[in-house]
Amino acid sequence: MSKKSRSRGAAASGDDHEDLARPPPLQAVLLADSFTLKFRPITLERPKVLLPLVHMPMIEYTLTWLESAGVDEAFVFCCAHSHQVKEYLDKSGWAGKAGAGSMAVTAVESHDAISAGDALRVIYERGGILGDFVLISGDTISNMSLKDALQEHMDRKKKDPLAVMTMILKHSKPSILTHQTRLGNDEIVMAIDPETKELLYYEDRADNSHLYVTIDKDILTNNSTLQLHNDMEDCYIDICSPEVLSLFTDNFDYQHLRRHFVKGLLVDDIMGYKIYTHELRSGYAARIDNFRSYDTVSKDVIQRWTYPMVPDVISNRDCSESRLHRQGIYKASDVTLSHSAQIGANSVVGSATSIGDHCKILNSVIGEDCKIGKNVLINGSYIWDNVIIEDGCKVSNSLVCDGVHLKAGAIVEPGCVLSFNVEVGKNVVVPAHSKVSLLPQPSNEDSDEELEYADTNSGVTESPPFSSMRSNGDQATVPSEEDESETSKIGTCGVVGYIWASGDTGILEDWRQSIAPIPKEKLEELQHAVSEDDGSEDESNNPTLPDKDDFSDIAVEDDDPFSKFEKEVEETFQRALGGGVNRDNLILEINGLRLAYSLQHADCAGAVFYSVMKSALVAAQSTNDTLLKTTAEALGKWKDLLRNYTKTVDEEMEILLKFEEMCQETTKEFSPLFSKILPYLYNEDVVSEDAIMRWAEEKEHADESDKVFVKQSEAFIQWLKEAEEEDDEEEE
Amino acid sequence: MPDVQPLVRDFVLKLKRRKVEGSHAVARQTAELLRSVVSQHRMGSSANQAAALADAVRAVGEQLIAANPIELAVGNIVRRVLHIIKEEDISATAVGIEGLSVTVDSDDEYDSEHDDRPSLSAAVLAAHARNALRAPSLQTLLEDIPVSPAISRTASSAGDSDGKSKSAGDKSSTRKLKHDVIAAIGDLIDEIDSCYEPISEQAVELIHQNEVILTLGRSRTVKEFLYAAKEKKRSFRVFVAEGAPRYQGHILAKELVEKGVQTTVITDSAVFAMISRVNMVIVGAHAVMANGGVIAPVGMNMVALAAQRHAVPFVVVAGSHKLCPLYPHNPEVSLNELKSPSDLLDFGEFSDCMNFSTQDGSLLLNVVNPTFDYVPPKLVSLFITDTGGHSPSYMYRLIAEYYSADDLVVRRKSTS
Repeated sequence: MSKKSRSRGAAASGDDHEDLARPPPLQAVLLADSFTLKFRPITLERPKVLLPLVHMPMIEYTLTWLESAGVDEAFVFCCAHSHQVKEYLDKSGWAGKAGAGSMAVTAVESHDAISAGDALRVIYERGGILGDFVLISGDTISNMSLKDALQEHMDRKKKDPLAVMTMILKHSKPSILTHQTRLGNDEIVMAIDPETKELLYYEDRADNSHLYVTIDKDILTNNSTLQLHNDMEDCYIDICSPEVLSLFTDNFDYQHLRRHFVKGLLVDDIMGYKIYTHELRSGYAARIDNFRSYDTVSKDVIQRWTYPMVPDVISNRDCSESRLHRQGIYKASDVTLSHSAQIGANSVVGSATSIGDHCKILNSVIGEDCKIGKNVLINGSYIWDNVIIEDGCKVSNSLVCDGVHLKAGAIVEPGCVLSFNVEVGKNVVVPAHSKVSLLPQPSNEDSDEELEYADTNSGVTESPPFSSMRSNGDQATVPSEEDESETSKIGTCGVVGYIWASGDTGILEDWRQSIAPIPKEKLEELQHAVSEDDGSEDESNNPTLPDKDDFSDIAVEDDDPFSKFEKEVEETFQRALGGGVNRDNLILEINGLRLAYSLQHADCAGAVFYSVMKSALVAAQSTNDTLLKTTAEALGKWKDLLRNYTKTVDEEMEILLKFEEMCQETTKEFSPLFSKILPYLYNEDVVSEDAIMRWAEEKEHADESDKVFVKQSEAFIQWLKEAEEEDDEEEE
Repeated sequence: MPDVQPLVRDFVLKLKRRKVEGSHAVARQTAELLRSVVSQHRMGSSANQAAALADAVRAVGEQLIAANPIELAVGNIVRRVLHIIKEEDISATAVGIEGLSVTVDSDDEYDSEHDDRPSLSAAVLAAHARNALRAPSLQTLLEDIPVSPAISRTASSAGDSDGKSKSAGDKSSTRKLKHDVIAAIGDLIDEIDSCYEPISEQAVELIHQNEVILTLGRSRTVKEFLYAAKEKKRSFRVFVAEGAPRYQGHILAKELVEKGVQTTVITDSAVFAMISRVNMVIVGAHAVMANGGVIAPVGMNMVALAAQRHAVPFVVVAGSHKLCPLYPHNPEVSLNELKSPSDLLDFGEFSDCMNFSTQDGSLLLNVVNPTFDYVPPKLVSLFITDTGGHSPSYMYRLIAEYYSADDLVVRRKSTS
């Protein structure tokens, strides 16, 4: 905080003069966990922030930057592999270093945090954040000066205490073809007020299947001018007021910083909190979110965009003193380099590494203590420490972790990730985009919200065909077994380790976010797609009508049909709520979806019911009464739709079971209202009494825990029974 | 030295992260740090106190030099301090033997041109030694300074240990040595601080009425030099080449205009076009090497070549802390550093170009941003240091007086 602002602040509010006289220390919260699985399998063994980026762990860059940006105190939040992070902080001298001019680093540990939101809640409970703080994740590389952004933030806060956050953005043009930035992130669409720099709209994951953005009318009416950007990269560096932490605590469902928190604040106009942006003019900032950004940022470091955080200036280890040679080659002084070996431009070779005759190393980073044999070709790859590469190997555009051993003649094709200590046998070809680890792929990931798009369930169909592990030598090592399980232990065919199946992100994501450059064919394909889109632009001018391609695409690549289907129905339903689609069309669409996923009619009933209830929940406030009311309204509005699917008792049963399931698992808010909503369903003819009776009967034999809702609605069932008997009597 | 260790670490980090840049700031802070190193150094009871002290300084110096090898001023100051320790040690031992009683007063008078402080510093010592070696220059003849090689060295010895006898005992003599060294480093700091004064005093002799001066970028020494000439009522014009990519020339132009100097800003590439109208080129330096070569901001070589082509004098102004005893071909001299390309290009604007690569994956767009240029001695007409004007071929002698020959490579001895 500069003197100027301080004096101005003091003039504005004289009463808290004490505080203004001495500004609170600038603090930072560093999340040493990305809460995603994008760096698996490597992150099973080592936390992402400790992975070396051009010889230095990522967290080192972040901490160095924070310190040089004038941060006085940093809280490092560690979750996964927290002992490794803490050990590193101790060893590197960050922790426990206090005193004038240096940054105090405190490790905060928590093991049950599964998202950034959880982490911030832990930080809040722990206390210690006194004033505004910088929120950053431990994989951010930057050399920007925080001064201007901080100043702007402070000034704004004085004028408007609701300005709680300033996001740092960087100009970056996404590729027209792939709709992703250099860092492999999806392009972000933002609406910013050009005058005040207030952020009005934020949408990441605007994937290329949506050729439109939907902006709330209110944004357009309330702001005279606004700029829509798709050429901004979010640096994931935020300057936050302490209120941000309490906001996370109040809204315990906020998980993701952007998807939940930022969007949540933008949508919520009751509290009126505002988010501002600061565009980075000079200086560099980038977050390593996936393998592609690892590659890109490494290249930027070598190209010295991150100066002074470049290999020959700042190295964390005392011994390795590398010097910059011509054409951007960084070489440690004690490299053993054969005369006939050739090191191409923009490469880094670590200390004590030996490189044999006739090797060719291009655009690669080689770590320390590596042994590289003769006639090895390494291109665009990242070789970490203690790697042994024997004669005649070829490694291109891959990531090779510590202790990997490539035996003679092994070939690693583009986009591979070889995790720690993997061994590749003689003349074995590791197919493109494979991920090999000594640890087996966990069969079931935690399907909590944050992780679900990263990897929910491994698609059997998309696991790289095992037979493609062909041998280019004489000793043909045909795999003996084709496991049913997605991962296969492959000691037999020359690789010690498990080849991981790709997640449900599938091949599609493989080329998008891998280290390898985007293949030519893909680019051509996309080029083709773009020109096609141009032709059919007229069709897609009605934004509420979903693309047909959209669904067929998803149908093909999906592998857990029901949950996906349910989500799809929900989305369709949401659109219908928005008012664009009329009821008949909605039914048509849902039917179309059902066919695409080849599901039963009964499944539809459940899914539609789920969507209706969900919509009621979204609209309602948290009190039971209003929830009941909105539910009643929603059911009243959509009963026709539901009736369309409740032709048979089975389908009605399905709805009841779904309802019960919802109450128990996903939307617990409904559980106290079960017995009240049930009669309503009956009255609206959504479920018949037969179905209810059958449901009650079925539940007779179930576990105690399952009977909760039956018991809850016992009175109603009793009443039904009596009514039935009366009917019977009357008939008699 | 447990107490200085955090200070040293802090400064090493600052150097590494390029938080301190520029010869002057670096030199000053290095000297201050070394002063606290010396003052914290615990004098043992071993026979060779000075060697132990020198080792301590060397140990720190090695770290500092490694932290930012491009800032040659760090090494210069470390060597200067080592030299001071040696000199003080010699003087301390010499005092008992030689009883020469040359008074301090006469000394001061004698050297008042360069140094008017009462206590004697290494710089004075060096000045004496220099006078001893140098043939009388026009300046010294005019000022009628007596050349007295015989007394210079002993005079300082006498001055330092004024009235103390060698027999005072080991304890007091070591304390004395430390005290003297600290005082001498203090003088060195003063010298660094005030290095602009003796240089700018010479401005009137060089800048004449209605001359046109060309400079590149912004150097504080040049600025003070031009200010001094202006204050002496000289009227002259200055062409300022802007000094891409950092454009420090713009700042200099602003400063000159504030002082009322007639200033013209030109691009770096226009230097050759303008040089025919220029009477003299005056530039600053990052470091002056032992062979008389200059390490200077990028673009300087081009200016020097243009000046040579049109026979315009190329004058380099540099404080004594910029004099480096190394030759540019020494392996430990790194002549250049590549800074971030963001000075040249806006990263965002070019972010889409960064994806283009050739078949083998190397990027098509490379941006290189070197900081320094090397100007060979044959292109330099004159050096102005705080001790006067010198020709490039004389620099090695001048430099030899500030440093002792065995300190050229600052490295801890294997025994320590």
